Amino acid sequence: MLREAPKWFPRALPGLLAVAAAGVAGAAVLPEDRADVLYHEYSGGGVTVNGPSVLVRKQVGEKFSVVGNYYVDEVSSASVDVEMAASEYSERRVQQSLGVDYLRGGTIMSLSYANSSESDYEANTASLSISQDMFGDLTTVTLGFERGWDTVGQSTDPSFERDVDRRNYRFGLSQILTKNLIATLNYEAVTDEGHLNNPYRSYRFYDADNPDQFNLASENGKYPRTRTSGAARVGLKYFLPWRAAVYASYRYFDDTWDIRADTYEVGYTHTLDSGWVFDLSYRHYTQTKAEFYADIFERQDQQNFMARDKELSTYQARTVGAGVSYDFLENGWGFIDRGSVNLFLDHMRFTYDDFRDATAEGYAAGEEPLYEFDALVTRAFISIWY
Amino acid sequence: MKQAIVIALLVVLAATLSGCGIQPWVKPYERANIADPIMSWNRDPVSSAYLHHVYDAREGARGGAGASGGGCGCN
Repeated sequence: MLREAPKWFPRALPGLLAVAAAGVAGAAVLPEDRADVLYHEYSGGGVTVNGPSVLVRKQVGEKFSVVGNYYVDEVSSASVDVEMAASEYSERRVQQSLGVDYLRGGTIMSLSYANSSESDYEANTASLSISQDMFGDLTTVTLGFERGWDTVGQSTDPSFERDVDRRNYRFGLSQILTKNLIATLNYEAVTDEGHLNNPYRSYRFYDADNPDQFNLASENGKYPRTRTSGAARVGLKYFLPWRAAVYASYRYFDDTWDIRADTYEVGYTHTLDSGWVFDLSYRHYTQTKAEFYADIFERQDQQNFMARDKELSTYQARTVGAGVSYDFLENGWGFIDRGSVNLFLDHMRFTYDDFRDATAEGYAAGEEPLYEFDALVTRAFISIWY
Repeated sequence: MKQAIVIALLVVLAATLSGCGIQPWVKPYERANIADPIMSWNRDPVSSAYLHHVYDAREGARGGAGASGGGCGCN
């Protein structure tokens, strides 16, 4: 039985806002003016997603800063899920967002809107946050609310149209502990309501009449119409005497679908006087399966909710990351104050405990090898500050 | 679990707010190291937003890092 969505966090938000507003104001600053051009690529498991992302931020007057982002995903997919149920496909997703930050004393208020559009999914997101510095700027408290309204379509059925309503509630605390140590604490609750199914993935079930001994359901997986999750993250970052930094963080996650996840991350940043910056990181992610997930069901329509999305299974993901950045024009040039070129590579390895490679031949149904795959995430970007 | 986290957050907030009389123990002139860009959790927003998007699309967990929602092109 799925747990009921907790309703206490939205109720607690006004109280938290009041507590934050009662704080002793400090002197916040607006984000720096900068422009970034990024090329991104995710490649692994038969899926390639790449494209550009351009972000420009500019201060307007003394109290406002505006930011815009244009982001593209070019997707070509022949993942193990797609191989099972459909043929390889490609599509394009474009996301555009615009935001404004308003500075008043020790407070920054931020408002933003984003639209994401692809052939079979339209997402709109509006968000509001307030950030307050207090106690001589040693403490920063941030509260945020986000509302999303999506339309889910299906490329094989133009008449298919379903809605999803999303709400995010965020709390953040950043605390300077010593002149070299900073701590952060974040909490985010998310509630989704509507058509949460992946419209292209079905589940499989035993079928003795089929040569493969299993069959794919003709309908998509059956998901609950609501999902509520909570994620809490705590992190520490320490400045080392040779101008380097080391950090560690932990995130706890659980939701009403019975998924529980733990994320551990450590990283190190090293600098050289010549303008080079090197980053190394390791991230370990584990999760337990959703209550209604199974690699193979006993029969069709076995229960009310059924899914075989590998993202809902029990698995681990380990990420090793390395990055190199080079700062240039440190003394400025024309209207440019400085710039940097950057390359980050992250190698991810996914290993599944209860999701099997159903495309493997020569195995009895439900006894195929457990699935695993590697992915490489590339980020190459250039930034200028002005 | 979630209620325990919120209670813990409120206790931290209350403890922080009740300490109005406490002087900042790290003076402004002692914050050069903390202010160094390498100490930021979000040094390059365009880059970290993308990585969080990858995690959100490929993992069952979500949230807690400030990333925004939206479509994922991740079937």
